[in-house]
Amino acid sequence: MTQQSSVLYDVPGPRQRRITLFGSVAALIGLLVGAYFLIYQPLDETGQFSMELWGPLIDPGNENFALVWERLGVGIRNTLIAAALAIVTSLVVGTLLAVLRIQLKGLAQRRYAGLAPQLAYLLRGLNLTLSVVTRFCVEVFRGLPVVITIFFVARGFPEFGITFDNLWYLVIGLTIYNSVVIAEILRSGMQGLAGGQAEAAAAIGLAPLQTTRMILLPQAFRIMLPALISQLVVVLKDTSLGFIISYEETLNIGKQIIGVLDNPIQVYTVLAVLFIAVNYSLSKLAQAVQRRLSRGRRAADTPAQPPAAALASQARISEANGDS
Amino acid sequence: MSVLIDKFDVFASGFWLTLQICFLAAIGALILGSVVAVLRISPVPPLRALGTAYVNTFRNLPLTIVMFFAAFGLPALGSNADFLRIPGLDIVFSRLGTDLPYFRFALIALVLYTAAFVCEALRSGVNAVPAGQAEAARSLGLTFIQNLRHVVLPQSWTASVVPLGSVIIAMIKNSALIGFFGVIGDLSQTADQLTSAGGEPFIPVAIGISIGYLIMTVPLGALLDRVERRQAVAR
Repeated sequence: MTQQSSVLYDVPGPRQRRITLFGSVAALIGLLVGAYFLIYQPLDETGQFSMELWGPLIDPGNENFALVWERLGVGIRNTLIAAALAIVTSLVVGTLLAVLRIQLKGLAQRRYAGLAPQLAYLLRGLNLTLSVVTRFCVEVFRGLPVVITIFFVARGFPEFGITFDNLWYLVIGLTIYNSVVIAEILRSGMQGLAGGQAEAAAAIGLAPLQTTRMILLPQAFRIMLPALISQLVVVLKDTSLGFIISYEETLNIGKQIIGVLDNPIQVYTVLAVLFIAVNYSLSKLAQAVQRRLSRGRRAADTPAQPPAAALASQARISEANGDS
Repeated sequence: MSVLIDKFDVFASGFWLTLQICFLAAIGALILGSVVAVLRISPVPPLRALGTAYVNTFRNLPLTIVMFFAAFGLPALGSNADFLRIPGLDIVFSRLGTDLPYFRFALIALVLYTAAFVCEALRSGVNAVPAGQAEAARSLGLTFIQNLRHVVLPQSWTASVVPLGSVIIAMIKNSALIGFFGVIGDLSQTADQLTSAGGEPFIPVAIGISIGYLIMTVPLGALLDRVERRQAVAR
């Protein structure tokens, strides 16, 4: 990144560096003064910096400290449980869905010439229906906000007399959305592979399903690993939506603490720091994996870059991770 | 199913409100995101650090927390976000001018959160411009601003339009959260209100709400796919 953006300007000389230094010191002082009057003073006036509000969170000697962190620990554990379950189920369902869609696409060309005409038409009709249905599901669930999906799951299942724990509503809601996204990531990874891969597999006599399972899918996983990891970060962030169905995850516990101690700003600051720390390290992990993979490819002297199409869609998908 | 027809005006007004906040938030996020993107590629190291810190913070926070901060932090600062009561704008976007500040809080949260992703989309476009272009511009003696303005940005636009589009789609979906943060009458809150308070049957309401969101996201997604395919051919 640095080397790419430094292409935009010359390396600053001594004069430029001096100007930068003085300018930043002046700007820093200006900012500090502004922050004092606009942020510190109003907060201080309402007593937001008092130990009464911060104590339970940061002072081990405080009477509430142990209880608060025990509750937060429960919340964090619940968040991690929900995230882990949602990640596993979305990966499994997403992979199956991707394989199914690829298979259906392959079968769409088949005419079943050896079978009786009626049976052949039946099979082709079944095939067509299935691909229309999966396509429809993908478009719908990819286009719906995940909050709405979770909300609908939590409201809709009891409507049919099926009730679970809140945990499962959250996991199902997250799985519906994320498995569709993961399926699309994997599918674009498989379609972005060079055509020779599938052709070579067919030439050595692999069945279509074998081709997908043994040739296409492993390569797609490899190429799309960074996009997959950032999608998993999204899942972790999205578990915070559990609060709308009152699942006891971190934010919900935070709300309960606020209800007792009445210190929203302090609690949310601590939670924000927690979330940033965990998600930032996960994103760094994704970058490290990406670097390692591209090095591995070069070292193995296979084609140096994944196909352009796969890269483009991967860029698009990883940019799309704006989902809360 | 009759609820879909009887309460059509409720659905329509919910849709309209969601559309309003998405429109405003998209404009705000594009402006703020461009500023952050310029900071992140600027020649001044402290500004670069500032931009990077902004992006890392907001990309790694759940939107929920950003919303909570807007809803609790701004009042604690003694602000009702009144600076968003822009005269003229509040005629079209009536919620900007009301005394209930939650629409403005939600708008601020959405803008702050989305700007980080807009910045990354723009920057990926800038990085996609071949290095030789900027080097040639520099060797002609163009300054950083001239370089961006005349050489790099016009070419980066093609590469960033698709990521930008996905960011906007994600933002539309994220806007569903505002109904759970005190904004009354948007699509997601309409769902809650009709089913729990209004006692309407669940399935038709769910279908109506889903259609409302899909109208916004699916055509935009299809358009992006088209643009992407055309770009792939052009390349």
